[in-house]
Amino acid sequence: MKRTPNNFIALKNIAGSYVGTTLPISKATFPVPFYEGLTYSPPARGGWNIVHIGLTLPQAHLIFVCPEGCLRGVVLSAAELGVPERFSTIAVGEDNILSGDIEDQIITGVSHIIDKLPKRPPAVLVYTSCIHQFLGIDIDMVYDALRADNPDIDFTDCYMFPIMRKSGPNPVEMMRRQLYSLLTPIPKNSRAVNIIGSDLPLPKSSDLYQLLAANNFELHEIGSCQDYQAYKQMAASSFNITILPSAIKAGELLAEKLQQTHIYLPMSFNYAEIDASFQRLSQLLGITYQRNDELIAKAERALAQTKALVGNMPIAIDYTAGPRPLSLTRMLLEHGFNVTDIYVDSFQVEEEADLAIIQKIAPNLKLHPTIDVGMRAISRQRPTETLAIGQKAAYFSGATHFVNIIEGGGLFGVDAVYQMAKLIAAAYQTPQDTEALIQVKALNWGCECNL
Amino acid sequence: MKYTARIISRYTCDTSGVCSALYELGGMTVMHDPGGYGSIYATHDEPRWYDSESLIFVSGLTETQAILGDDTKLVQDTLQAARRVQPKFISLTGSPIPAVVGTDFEALAFEIENELGIPTFGFDTDGMHTYVAGVSKALAMVAQRLCQPGQSKLAGVVNILGVTPLDFSINGSAEALTQVLSDRGLTVQANWAMTSSLVQLEAAGAASANLVVTAGGLKAAQILQDRFGTPYVLGTPYGPNLTDTIVTALNLAATTGENQSVINVPQDTGTIIIGESLTALSLATAIFRATGRGATIICPTESETEILAYGCLTIRDEDDIESYLHHADTIIADPMYQPICPPNAKFVPLPHEAFSGRIYHSTMPNLVTELPEFLAAQNLD
Repeated sequence: MKRTPNNFIALKNIAGSYVGTTLPISKATFPVPFYEGLTYSPPARGGWNIVHIGLTLPQAHLIFVCPEGCLRGVVLSAAELGVPERFSTIAVGEDNILSGDIEDQIITGVSHIIDKLPKRPPAVLVYTSCIHQFLGIDIDMVYDALRADNPDIDFTDCYMFPIMRKSGPNPVEMMRRQLYSLLTPIPKNSRAVNIIGSDLPLPKSSDLYQLLAANNFELHEIGSCQDYQAYKQMAASSFNITILPSAIKAGELLAEKLQQTHIYLPMSFNYAEIDASFQRLSQLLGITYQRNDELIAKAERALAQTKALVGNMPIAIDYTAGPRPLSLTRMLLEHGFNVTDIYVDSFQVEEEADLAIIQKIAPNLKLHPTIDVGMRAISRQRPTETLAIGQKAAYFSGATHFVNIIEGGGLFGVDAVYQMAKLIAAAYQTPQDTEALIQVKALNWGCECNL
Repeated sequence: MKYTARIISRYTCDTSGVCSALYELGGMTVMHDPGGYGSIYATHDEPRWYDSESLIFVSGLTETQAILGDDTKLVQDTLQAARRVQPKFISLTGSPIPAVVGTDFEALAFEIENELGIPTFGFDTDGMHTYVAGVSKALAMVAQRLCQPGQSKLAGVVNILGVTPLDFSINGSAEALTQVLSDRGLTVQANWAMTSSLVQLEAAGAASANLVVTAGGLKAAQILQDRFGTPYVLGTPYGPNLTDTIVTALNLAATTGENQSVINVPQDTGTIIIGESLTALSLATAIFRATGRGATIICPTESETEILAYGCLTIRDEDDIESYLHHADTIIADPMYQPICPPNAKFVPLPHEAFSGRIYHSTMPNLVTELPEFLAAQNLD
């Protein structure tokens, strides 16, 4: 199964059939093993939502226009990060729906908020919601009016449309895309590369970073932009790299709008797959790439040391830790680790080969959904202490030894294998307050968390 | 109204109010929503979420289902889940899109109840009202549908109506409400709805009087009065002085059958309290008794005219609230109101879960038992 622009919607609508809380991996269907009925929301909040992603745009002001119930989560996301001054709201009420003044409400409300800000921002992200879609508002007219009234401000359309998640981009995919919609054509730099759609900057230790630096490429990421002008300069890059599946739409947008070449390099813990990604990237950039056996040996030594440390301790992994839980599981199993449980509701298409391998080498490994109603009441006590990778795995397994990582933590390449080995060792050595840590949104990213 | 807010927070909505009110009663509540409402509730509105096993789920409404008006998956998934988890009752709640497409929750509830034989209720919440409306609907449903007839009246027995963490957090206030009444010789039949079981609520008709502590409890009190002839008292027992008066009022109500109120707040624009109507009025009353100072109550949430008539201004827009604060010398409100308060006014932080969520958990005071300390710490005594 491959990911293509044409099967984007179809992949979202594949339904699973198994109803229950535990399934031997040997019986799992790909890519969706579990039936999705009513859903439960486990209390692991480290993932980034559309507020956090929007706030990565330097100096931008965010304005959400939604019914009050929808505003609650987003306004408190910003407040918990300690940046309420970058965030405003307009509540859609029943009277707005009945009177049909929704467009006017947005135009006058946004302008009113801008007038009250202590300083005019260079960019404003205006988020509309499901209700605007269903009422068929003239969104183009709204933005035309806002731009005409505020020519010194860049506006872009952002969306909180969870209802569209099966029929279009989900809110995070859409937000990662719209985050770059304010880039406009400027002269290109053939030696500049962007990594787009990742929440955290690529570590300098990454072999991807090293490869680009060694070949004199500038690397730009929104997370390291100091101001709005630095963000705008990302339009000068000739290439965009995406690592997370939810960033692919952003790459497609910029390929069309700015003619930046897009390459999707799936995160992986498999050396051959990592090697293939670097080969593709090198061909695209016109550079020479040599597999770094020294780096692999370093990663192998780290894995061996960690294995010696944790021994046969059960390990549980969940999908929030990164886009490739099966790739990680397979790598750990192949290095002798005792992975016993995976918490995942569906698999990314890149995981198909990993699933087939794991079904052969560990057929009794247990799969669990995270949102099934039965997960609300399962026991979170284990007879043996478990080491978890990911917040949901930590919650469901009652683990205090856990790797607190979200969406891959910005890791990529062979360095990701090495870093993960180190993170597992650290988790084994130091128990943590799971309840306190996993309830903090966005891993307390970049701000002074108020919790 | 403009409905704009440059910087202040938003009160949680009616759907969360239903969930919060029914949380401890053993039912299953389904939010008919694409998904966000479940996460918002679990993260910001429900401090009991991490460790308890209350059955609150989301339907995962999709665009196609909404456009086609297809409720089949909601019904089938609810039936499937109920057969697995065996709830004592089922509640269906709404969100904005079901409201726009006209989902008939009462009809769906009827269909599910017929299929399962489990009491099922439909709430037309739409995410465009505050939590008070949801708490009110949920507790009214309990009073109307689940309270059992044929209870003999018992002297000195009362119910406490309108208790959720959205107003009282989980700092011991809910337990204290029961304790301070018990300390004064009353027996609490049921605390609606924290710390009591559904069985206790079902026997609520045995009470000789009911105590309404938030606006969310008033509708239930009115229904219990209609069904069982139980009079009610308006007031939240903040501090020993006001609690003594409330107990006297409860006994008087039980004796006379007449509803009572302990609220008495002279209007004074110098002191402004922002919050839920009845708890804010009760705090103002307690302060008046302690200091002789009156207050103005700004109530940005829904309430009932019967309560508002005691002196609440119902103002919701940030601009309008801000304009009322200009001449205040003391403002008692959730800390997320502070950015719009005049810098020369004394700001007294009173965190409110329904407004700022979990941010100020560690500093939410228990005003039921710690009011004197709170007033002293803020130099309000």
